[in-house]
Amino acid sequence: MAQYMFLLFDSEEWYDNVTPEDWQQAMKLHGAFSEAVEKAGARILGGEALERSSTASTVKQREGSEPLVTDGPFLETKEALGGFYIVEARDLDQALELAKLCPAGNVEVRPVMDTSADSGPQA
Amino acid sequence: MQVPPHRPPATAHPRAVVAAVERAHRESWSNVLSSVVRLTRDLDLAEDCTQDAFVQALRSWPDEIPANPGGWLTTVARRLALDRMRRETTLRRKLPLLIEEPGEIEQPTDPLRLVFTCCHPALAQESQVALTLRLICGLTTREVAAGLLISESTAAARITRAKKKIAAAGIPYRIPADHELPTRLDAVLTVVHLVYTAGHVAAGPELTRTELTGRAIELARLLQRLMPGETEAEALLALLLMNEARGDARMSADGELVLLADQDRSRWDTKMLAEGVSRATAALLHGHGRFALQAAVAGLHVTAPTWERTDWQQVVRMYDAMMVSWPTPIVALNRAAARSFVPGIDLCEVLAELDALGNEPALRTYAYLPAARADVLARLGRTSAAADAYGEAVALTTNEAERRFLGRRRAALSR
Repeated sequence: MAQYMFLLFDSEEWYDNVTPEDWQQAMKLHGAFSEAVEKAGARILGGEALERSSTASTVKQREGSEPLVTDGPFLETKEALGGFYIVEARDLDQALELAKLCPAGNVEVRPVMDTSADSGPQA
Repeated sequence: MQVPPHRPPATAHPRAVVAAVERAHRESWSNVLSSVVRLTRDLDLAEDCTQDAFVQALRSWPDEIPANPGGWLTTVARRLALDRMRRETTLRRKLPLLIEEPGEIEQPTDPLRLVFTCCHPALAQESQVALTLRLICGLTTREVAAGLLISESTAAARITRAKKKIAAAGIPYRIPADHELPTRLDAVLTVVHLVYTAGHVAAGPELTRTELTGRAIELARLLQRLMPGETEAEALLALLLMNEARGDARMSADGELVLLADQDRSRWDTKMLAEGVSRATAALLHGHGRFALQAAVAGLHVTAPTWERTDWQQVVRMYDAMMVSWPTPIVALNRAAARSFVPGIDLCEVLAELDALGNEPALRTYAYLPAARADVLARLGRTSAAADAYGEAVALTTNEAERRFLGRRRAALSR
């Protein structure tokens, strides 16, 4: 068996207008997907929903000076996604400190969404 | 009615109440709000409760204006927040976190924590400015919009988006650790400086919006008070005071812009200047950061008897030092402009420097570059080139008073 990463891309407008019913429905579809994976004899090793790209920060390594922290997602198209970590940290400050240590030219730091029963997407 | 001595009157005059609430809003807003944020960790909830506490003050203070208005407001706002949190269904999960020591209701460092949250580098700088005006200065969205000359909906969007990011991304409510402090403090001071600049060279018809410059100075005072050992905070306050002290003289009786070179120095606010100069001197004893160096330049200007007798050599030396630690095109432009006044300087050399700066993308829409070129060209006797450069500057400025001023300089060339 080999391992693959699935990167999920969707319009974020959906999140802006989502109703609790829509949200339940989407959760159901993800449940059905993971059942289909199991049924095919494959396995899901991990997965998370992410907060919207507007909550992202980007850490850019710069030669000869401190890494630069900016607001927003990583938007350049020359570079390609080359890997990922899921890091549990105390707060964004610690996450950004660690992203500066991460051996990559650019690291987008995006919060993982809390999808437990009493939360869901923030309006 | 005879009021017994040593006792406050039973009721306060309505005008006195409004004045007291307004004063408390100005002096205590950030203290109250930041204390409630520490309790709720939720900016919107904290803001609502702080707002409601001020509304309650208008209702309760006619009976008696409290001796400590800020403390009264904090107590009321925190009680409102606790009530609202109790009503929320998540109470059971959050309750253990709410139990605090009695002594912790007001912590002097609370406003500072909130400042560092508002000016976090993971927020866009334009959001940092809007959020600081809203949360630390207590301006309404409409006032923020008016101050920054953006639409109310743009201001609201910036503030909302920043608050959402703070909550979702987990931007902490704390004072940065010592090793982070220099860069984080620089971001905060930059925001305060931007607030001041937005008010000082306001785009649009009026030259200054004193409301905004006043708020910036209050912010700088707050930072200086909360971080007495930080020389850059003291230097920023010094710089703003020395700029503000010249405010009246920047405008002629008929509302026209007057350059530093032509200002009536007797119209400067000597008390404010004295404070600025003494703070700048204190800051320069301990550091040479970029605000300390800018304060040094301002100090050299305000202590000179006339424009001509300014110590231009020393001004240039300050810009030289700035170019080492903070080599931006704007510093290079200011340095070149200062060099043009050094006695015996070769103006052609300065002009070449200014021309080279024309290639800087950051200066492409900056009106001061063609204005500085025009001034040097005029002094070299190259009148028609100077007129063209003034024309470029006129086209770039967004400030009405500046536009008229540059137009007058251009017209004066042909005389």
